[in-house]
Amino acid sequence: MARLLGWRELPLGGVVAGGTARELNKTGSWRAERPIWHEEKCIQCLQCWLHCPDDSVRISGGKVTGFDYEHCKGCGVCAAICPKDAIEMVSERGDQCARP
Amino acid sequence: MRKAITGHKAVAEAMRQVEPDVVAVYPITPQSEIAEYYADYVHNGLVQTELIPVESEHSALSACVGAAAAGGRVMTATSSQGLALMVEVLYIAAGLRLPIVMALANRSLSAPINIHCDHSDAYLCRDSGAIQIFTESAQEAYDYTLMAQRIAEDMRVRLPVIVNLDGFTLTHTVQPVDLLEDGVAKKFVGAFKPVYPLLDLDKPVTWGPFALPDYYFELKRAQQAGMEVVPEVFLEVQRDFSKVSGRHYAGFFEAYKAEDAEYVMVVLGSTAGTAKVAVDELRARGIKAGLVKPWLWRPFPAQAIAEALKHAKALAILDRAFSFGTMGALLQDVASALYPQERKPVLVNYIYGLGGRDITVPNLIRVFEELPQVKKTGWALRYIGLRE
Repeated sequence: MARLLGWRELPLGGVVAGGTARELNKTGSWRAERPIWHEEKCIQCLQCWLHCPDDSVRISGGKVTGFDYEHCKGCGVCAAICPKDAIEMVSERGDQCARP
Repeated sequence: MRKAITGHKAVAEAMRQVEPDVVAVYPITPQSEIAEYYADYVHNGLVQTELIPVESEHSALSACVGAAAAGGRVMTATSSQGLALMVEVLYIAAGLRLPIVMALANRSLSAPINIHCDHSDAYLCRDSGAIQIFTESAQEAYDYTLMAQRIAEDMRVRLPVIVNLDGFTLTHTVQPVDLLEDGVAKKFVGAFKPVYPLLDLDKPVTWGPFALPDYYFELKRAQQAGMEVVPEVFLEVQRDFSKVSGRHYAGFFEAYKAEDAEYVMVVLGSTAGTAKVAVDELRARGIKAGLVKPWLWRPFPAQAIAEALKHAKALAILDRAFSFGTMGALLQDVASALYPQERKPVLVNYIYGLGGRDITVPNLIRVFEELPQVKKTGWALRYIGLRE
């Protein structure tokens, strides 16, 4: 853990540099449902990438290559927006309740 | 240039001269005219401002927060219930250190519903982190709208500023107002300097991140530091404004015949004008009456106020709103300011003018007349112009 800063050292309004929080917060652990990308159905329209609130759709050379499961919270926006049903949401725990 | 205009027009003219990048505003009585004047300026091509006609005051201030974080100079205006709807976002604007300037046409809060003046809306956001300035006249409303811009945007401050002007009493009455030439006003206000603008794509930042128990406290302490520097900045801005306007502003409050006064009234806003007439009348009778009218209410300039008031025999502190269950907010401010003093005047708290109840010269003369009878500070509220 980094040294905790004093109040005089903080940026105005608590602004933080882009992308710096992702190293500390692996928000993928919050996920109840996991998006599965079916490449054969994907038409590379990039709607999932555009709508993902957590920048968790991986892109390479302008094309979707999968998900960043360390940060994807499983909200399902990508699956909902996909025009070709190329993204499937599946339970992380199968049929198990979180607290059986 | 001297013009006969209303308080609303005076504020709108100051806004036209500031020409912010964005004005997001929702109409509410009595503030609506500010929005209407500004919409005219936009549609007649007098300003290049983007006017956002939002669907509520919550949205109005939210749009202001977004636009300010994006790197724009931003203004808005509201009253009463509209401010109540903004309050959630006002705390956020202050916490994010966004220099949004807002005119508040003071109006009582519901219930019962009422459109006339009192200060319950301003008192509602006393602890919001917004700087608050009260004005006595349309001239002061114009002058402080320009000064507010400089105070808000000072790099040591970066906080929202509310410029209060009494609903109807100031907003809708025509008064002579000296306006600066556009070029002079623009030069005084200066260019806007954005801090961490969201639209700077080369330096992406996150605005409004989560802060847990490990950082929330430090960020709020930093916000308090922004408030603590306001008095110093306020005096600097007054000095600069006095130079360009020829009007003399020096200090956190106007002291009217207060230096040798034995009985001093402390009051915010337009009632100070009425109080000056009462003071003159008492002085003509040989009674040493005086007035202290704070311009800067938040942060409260406690030491300067204590210095100005400590020699008086008794103070009448007038609050134009209840702080239900305790004394008026201005009384609390003045009492805590005087607490460290060895010698303290007697304090008497009056509630007056709620829901636009008229406040007259005879009302205030009566306050001055009864003040010498009060032998010690009591915590019973007194009321002006209330039927039993």
